Amino acid sequence: MTTIRKLVLDILKPHEPNAIDFCLALASVGDRYQINLIVAEVDEKTETIVVTIEAPDINFAEISAIVQKMGASIHSIDEVEVHGEAAL
Amino acid sequence: MSFVLDTHLMLHILRAQNIARRYFITNGFDGALTILGMVTGFYISGMTDISIAISACLGATIALFMSGLSSAYLSEKAEREKELLELEQALIRDLKTSDYGRASRYLPIMIALVNGFSPLILCLLILSPLFLAEQISFLFVSPFINSIVIAFVSIFLLGVFLGKISQTFWLWSGLRTLLIALFTIFIILLFGQ
Repeated sequence: MTTIRKLVLDILKPHEPNAIDFCLALASVGDRYQINLIVAEVDEKTETIVVTIEAPDINFAEISAIVQKMGASIHSIDEVEVHGEAAL
Repeated sequence: MSFVLDTHLMLHILRAQNIARRYFITNGFDGALTILGMVTGFYISGMTDISIAISACLGATIALFMSGLSSAYLSEKAEREKELLELEQALIRDLKTSDYGRASRYLPIMIALVNGFSPLILCLLILSPLFLAEQISFLFVSPFINSIVIAFVSIFLLGVFLGKISQTFWLWSGLRTLLIALFTIFIILLFGQ
């Protein structure tokens, strides 16, 4: 089975929820999700963040839904790491 | 409208508790002072017909409830919609289905309920001696006096609550609001004569 192991996303989010709550929400999507967040830019109402997600099998649809639910939007997928099936 | 409130939506609601607390105190104080004034007016006029006093005070109580409910809902809804629009413009996306959008729909209702029910509950509490006038006739004190005492206690407790919020000495805070109530009575008595 082909799985996504790593994603780096460029996200525009409002100030609330804060970085910790945002990461906790993303990490709750599945088992053994590791989330790294760096704030790239801050303005009056929003902040641009770079989120690195690593997990054995990342569910991008769920990640996208959670981001949308928190009022943020994914501007770009900057990095992807996918692992394919081992050849028999 | 779905009432499934998850963690992030609850966070939005909890952050609005300052506004709700402010409305609780402001409108509660309004209601208590209004009914105190009415009951004092009935007492010094020598009114003996409790049912007329109850009708008048209940009318004022209901009006305060409706006023609190509607004014808070309309003003909070306008503010939340303005905030949501500004955020949507900054994020360049529709936020109606996000936690922000849901909070902007729930919060005005929550705050309106606080703003409406705070004077309603306090006013009904102050009027309770009038409702129970026959049952408490053994006290040999006018039910209006009992209502006035309950009003003073309610206003004092509102002051104590304010003191807890501002972390000042509860007694001074309670006495301060009680002083306002006493001054109100003084003015009523002055005009009454």
